[in-house]
Amino acid sequence: MNNLSGIAASNGIAIAKAYILAAPDLSFEKKKVENTATEIERLNKALEISKQELEKIKENARKSLGDEHAEIFSAHLLVLSDPELINPIQDKIKTDQVNAEAALEDVANMFIDMFKAMENEYMRERAADIQDVTKRVMAHLLDVTFPDPALIDEEVVVIAEDLTPSDTAQLNKQFVKGFTTNIGGRTSHSAIMARSLEIPAVVGTKTVTEEVKKDDMLIVDGIDGKVIINPSEEELATYKQKQEDFAKQKEVWAQLKDEPTISADGTHVELVANIGTPEDVVGVLNNGGEGVGLYRTEFLYMGKSELPTEDEQFEAYKSVLEQMGEKPVVVRTLDIGGDKELSYLKLPEEMNPFLGFRAIRLCLERDDIFRTQLRALLRASTYGNLKIMFPMIATLDEFRQAKALLLEEKDNLKNEGVSVSDDIEIGIMVEIPSTAVIARQFAKEVDFFSIGTNDLIQYTMAADRMNERVSYLYQPYHPAILSLVNNVIEAAHAEGKWAGMCGEMAGDSIAIPILLGLGLDEFSMSATSILPARTQIKDLSKDELASYKDQLLAMSTADEVEAFIREKTNQ
Amino acid sequence: MAIEKTVKITDATGVHARPATVLVNKAGNFSSDSKIEYNGKSVNLKSIMGVMSLGIPKDAEIKIIADGDDEQEAIDAIYEVIKQEGLGE
Repeated sequence: MNNLSGIAASNGIAIAKAYILAAPDLSFEKKKVENTATEIERLNKALEISKQELEKIKENARKSLGDEHAEIFSAHLLVLSDPELINPIQDKIKTDQVNAEAALEDVANMFIDMFKAMENEYMRERAADIQDVTKRVMAHLLDVTFPDPALIDEEVVVIAEDLTPSDTAQLNKQFVKGFTTNIGGRTSHSAIMARSLEIPAVVGTKTVTEEVKKDDMLIVDGIDGKVIINPSEEELATYKQKQEDFAKQKEVWAQLKDEPTISADGTHVELVANIGTPEDVVGVLNNGGEGVGLYRTEFLYMGKSELPTEDEQFEAYKSVLEQMGEKPVVVRTLDIGGDKELSYLKLPEEMNPFLGFRAIRLCLERDDIFRTQLRALLRASTYGNLKIMFPMIATLDEFRQAKALLLEEKDNLKNEGVSVSDDIEIGIMVEIPSTAVIARQFAKEVDFFSIGTNDLIQYTMAADRMNERVSYLYQPYHPAILSLVNNVIEAAHAEGKWAGMCGEMAGDSIAIPILLGLGLDEFSMSATSILPARTQIKDLSKDELASYKDQLLAMSTADEVEAFIREKTNQ
Repeated sequence: MAIEKTVKITDATGVHARPATVLVNKAGNFSSDSKIEYNGKSVNLKSIMGVMSLGIPKDAEIKIIADGDDEQEAIDAIYEVIKQEGLGE
């Protein structure tokens, strides 16, 4: 039948029936009823089922996210047995003689409006909680499924417009065999999560939620970015074969797990992983990561009502460093602001968040926040091989200021009698074209560079990577990008420093030969990309690829570059 | 005869969802009616929406009131929760 194409976001083949994770239609008709007792009974039954579901969701959240995250569901459960909510609904059914749906909506809206009108922002946000809970009851009154990833208890492929961080956090790998979404790209949150959960995913299909109906059989091909709806016997057989081949391929990759990454002609490069939480380290080690090339510390700050304390941060950094042992761990200091908001910081809305008050810009102004993080990092430094890098550095002055704060806090800690490592390398992310252009000057002062390609590409091409209409401009192989990358690597090497890359590009099979040829020292990618990349590099000759450098940099278009590399590397 | 106790809220975010949940659960363990009073408004302490709707901020003076057979035990237990949760004193 129908086949859809999308962006291959996470390797593998999933074959299972569809589970549609979309808001159900909760519209209803307000009706007069004669038998109010039946209505009250319907209400109580819907409340009861909702409670059972919430208990299940809470238990699931406790297991996957920990006690703290599960607590919100205790509050939700209390709402469902709150006399101040239930009694008025029952009264309304009796006195107005209306159906349970109408009574529920009236009373719920009254509370939602009341919370929305409150002065305290935290309390205003609680309106969403009441909405959440009452929607679930409404769904049961109307006998429609109110989907929730935590309630899945059979093998499925999840279908959604997009998956939020809290959705993905609840996906149970035992049952969720894969997912596919309407929107998103290789760098969207859902794609990154799919790779860290190691489940196949195809994103950006545009229409999958419209095409697929409940219980349709689906094949998600995360290798080639295809979704097949209700496959024929023949297609099913083909994909089962492909699934087996992929499993075998994985076994071959796994043989290189404890090997260093060495090209056919003997050059060693480091393959390291991008992580977001201490829990991700297991995946890094299982996939043979030689270190952590990017530890995104934002997650410590997100989904909370206040800033994380120094001790909280210290525990997280220490845990990552200890688990990694002698292997290097590059921690990026807070990259918040712009599109990544923290409601408790109350930052004003901006016209151009990606060009605005974010990352190091914010940290240098709010040095109270920055110093807390630096202290936590410095205290953790004795537990492993820590390297620190600052995001969004646009000028040397920003780097100098950030480094000065770091050294100041180091002195403070030492004066307090706390031991701090003396071998911490201090580097920067290169994501702003101005910095890439004068990398030569930066290289004299920094210990290393890590090229953040997701942002570098969007700033160089002046194309918002969240805007699908200009997504054609997201061109990692564009000669302008290659030229900047080359400039950064040459600058680093001229000063005896190293250059890494921590954008999606570092794990891309077309980009890898180019980067190897340009002399990149460290490739940081999703953990699951490491073994395929190591396998690929094993068969590449660095000297041969290096000899193409001038030719590549002289090319006019990204397509030309891609075609050339495909030909030279038989892809 | 109802008994009451005045408490000062010291938690930086005020009475937010988590401690409110614990308070309401605790109050529900007793047969006595219990109420919480702030800013001239009094609500049922066994109702999460009621408690949250007061929007009690840091430094607020609140009153907890229990009325019933086990009112003394109820007040003591609720006050204990307030201290344990670091909500106030």
